Amino acid sequence: MKRPQLPCLSPKWAPYVFLSPFLLLFLVFGVFPLVFSLYLAFQSWEPAAGLSTMKFVGLENFSFALQDEWFWKSLKNTAWLAIATGVPQHLVAIPLAVFIHGAYRRSRNAIIGIYFLPYITSTVAIAMMFTTLFSTDYGVINQGLRALGQLPGLGWLLPAQPIDWLNHAENVKPAISLVVFWRYLGFNTVLYLAALQTIPADIYEAATMDGAGRWQQFWCITLPSLRPMIYFGVMLSVIGGMQLFEEPFILTGGRGGTDQAGMTTAMYMYRTAFEFNDFGTASALSWLLFIFVALLTWLTKRAFRQAQPQGDGT
Amino acid sequence: MPSFRVSAIAAKFLALMAILHVCSLAQAQPQTLSIAAYPAVDEIIKAAIPQWKKKHPDVEIKLVSRAFDDHHTAMSTALSTSSNLPDVMALEVSYVGRFAGGGGLEDLALAPYRIKETQARFVPFAFKQATISSGAVVAAPTDIGPGTLLYRSDLLKKAGVTEAELTQSWESFVLSGVKIKAVTGAYLMAHARDIKNILIRANIKPGDGLYFDAAGKVLVDSPRFVRAFELARKVRQQKLDGKIGAWSTEWTQGLKGGSIATQMSGAWQAGHLANWIAPNTAGQWRAAQLPEQAWAAWGGTFYSIPKAARNKALAWEFIQLMTLNREVQLNAFKGHDAFPALLEAHTDSFYEQPIVFLGGQKARLLWRDAALKINAIDVHKLDPIADEIINTELDKVLDQGKDIAVALADAKSLLERRVRR
Repeated sequence: MKRPQLPCLSPKWAPYVFLSPFLLLFLVFGVFPLVFSLYLAFQSWEPAAGLSTMKFVGLENFSFALQDEWFWKSLKNTAWLAIATGVPQHLVAIPLAVFIHGAYRRSRNAIIGIYFLPYITSTVAIAMMFTTLFSTDYGVINQGLRALGQLPGLGWLLPAQPIDWLNHAENVKPAISLVVFWRYLGFNTVLYLAALQTIPADIYEAATMDGAGRWQQFWCITLPSLRPMIYFGVMLSVIGGMQLFEEPFILTGGRGGTDQAGMTTAMYMYRTAFEFNDFGTASALSWLLFIFVALLTWLTKRAFRQAQPQGDGT
Repeated sequence: MPSFRVSAIAAKFLALMAILHVCSLAQAQPQTLSIAAYPAVDEIIKAAIPQWKKKHPDVEIKLVSRAFDDHHTAMSTALSTSSNLPDVMALEVSYVGRFAGGGGLEDLALAPYRIKETQARFVPFAFKQATISSGAVVAAPTDIGPGTLLYRSDLLKKAGVTEAELTQSWESFVLSGVKIKAVTGAYLMAHARDIKNILIRANIKPGDGLYFDAAGKVLVDSPRFVRAFELARKVRQQKLDGKIGAWSTEWTQGLKGGSIATQMSGAWQAGHLANWIAPNTAGQWRAAQLPEQAWAAWGGTFYSIPKAARNKALAWEFIQLMTLNREVQLNAFKGHDAFPALLEAHTDSFYEQPIVFLGGQKARLLWRDAALKINAIDVHKLDPIADEIINTELDKVLDQGKDIAVALADAKSLLERRVRR
């Protein structure tokens, strides 16, 4: 008796069939929003009136955004926060990773797990916790500063009044920076620790035999070997910093704080769409932000390429 | 050919069976009315379901409840794409005008709804809030938030300030704050922005909006705004505000611990204070009308029917139950401090009852009076951005010492730039 033949998948189509779940999801959740956002950037649209009410306005949304002082203010805030959070993250993460790499063997994973914990914790939980910590009258940070100020000789260094972290324009950005720095320090440390483990130990042994001290080893072996990872880490910080949204959004109650001092471009974009009902301008803002991110990424790449030693890069 | 005939007969048979199956399913499944709401409107709806079931035992209520912001974002998205729309949509007052402009909501003034026939049964300002410039009524009001001044009577007594002094005028209100601060150390209010918010809402000419007149002209440099900014600056200069945003930890602690002496808000705030913010302060708070006989509303809930809703007739019946049924309205008031928008519910003896949290004061009578004196303010689609512009300029006045005239002129030019688009 002849067995019934099962439908056979042609080898020609097999790759497409197996790829189709990803491709479909990518088309729906990746490509479509991108294309739709680009389309929206050239439209004027009252969302509550339905899709049919879109009106083509050419470059008007872009010209409005470029002349909008709030856009430039938000961009300055974003750049300030990106630098104030990004630079210290790497300056602290590299020596910290070197220290953990050298000082711990068995407990290394546990130590790094503790540093990594903030990265995997919910942003909402973190921001809520820090909102309480930053509380002017009841927050632990101000209580700590007050206690420190009472120590002999330290009183003149610390402010006499509690610091209004989240309601004073000058303090909002440092407060946000502190949270972002704390959150991503562990992530960068893990990156550098992974890179440190790839540096062959015999290079250090040879350097020791040649009489190189620890500082010379760090400066001449560790740091150059870490350069590809530094490039990767800085690139992630640039992109992440320019897209900063969750921490300032929650810490400042969604408004950006007093005088919008903590309003990032991503926040302004969100508010333009969902609070001010202007999806066209919000889409234009998103593409302008994309251009800035792309430009900064390119500049970072150039900076690292120039820093490469002669003869390298073969 | 025979094989084709057989397959055609089989196809017809299968189609018939499918239709019968669908019909039987339709008969078996009860009709569903979908409602989208947010806390605590969802609780009020749940409490009214038994009454709905008495009349419509075969119609199930499918209630989708989301957090306040999520609900309005979801409704905005649903209206923009005309998909996943509920039959009944609960809306907070600030979203009514915003959504109405889009034309995605049914005009309840038209047949078969004819809500204008029952207009006299609603609190006048609430009904006007749902009426847009074209005359269309896009929602039915269910609860309102008559403005009130809640104050700590113990702190006032300590400072030797009477209620009359506190509420006689805005200037006397600020002067009372100076005395309270000097004697008790308590702030007059949480944030100087609070006094600006109420003053820009007071004495608005009929037909004008908050930031725009009927012709769309920007009003932010009018004397109304100048006075509001000046008083807010005076409050800050005299250190009478705690620079505390509402609903923050400091705010709840301040209300609980007695470091905030007054709070201007909707009548519902007394319920929040009593239930979760500061139950420990029972008996110490009192309610008064806002200073200088300013009449204003904080919040309010409406029900509307999206144009793309599937069960409009049932939706309208449900809205009538929630908004025109005295018992349902009173239950919502008694259970959730949702002040009735239905005038018939204002005659209940519940209004005469003393409120224990307010030291036995019959404050509901005050709020009932206020409800009838509030004027509806026309909404403009740029109100949310105008609000942000004004608040940012006020921040600059309060924190950086920016001149008020310059700040308001800057606000005007920023807003005019948006209007020109």
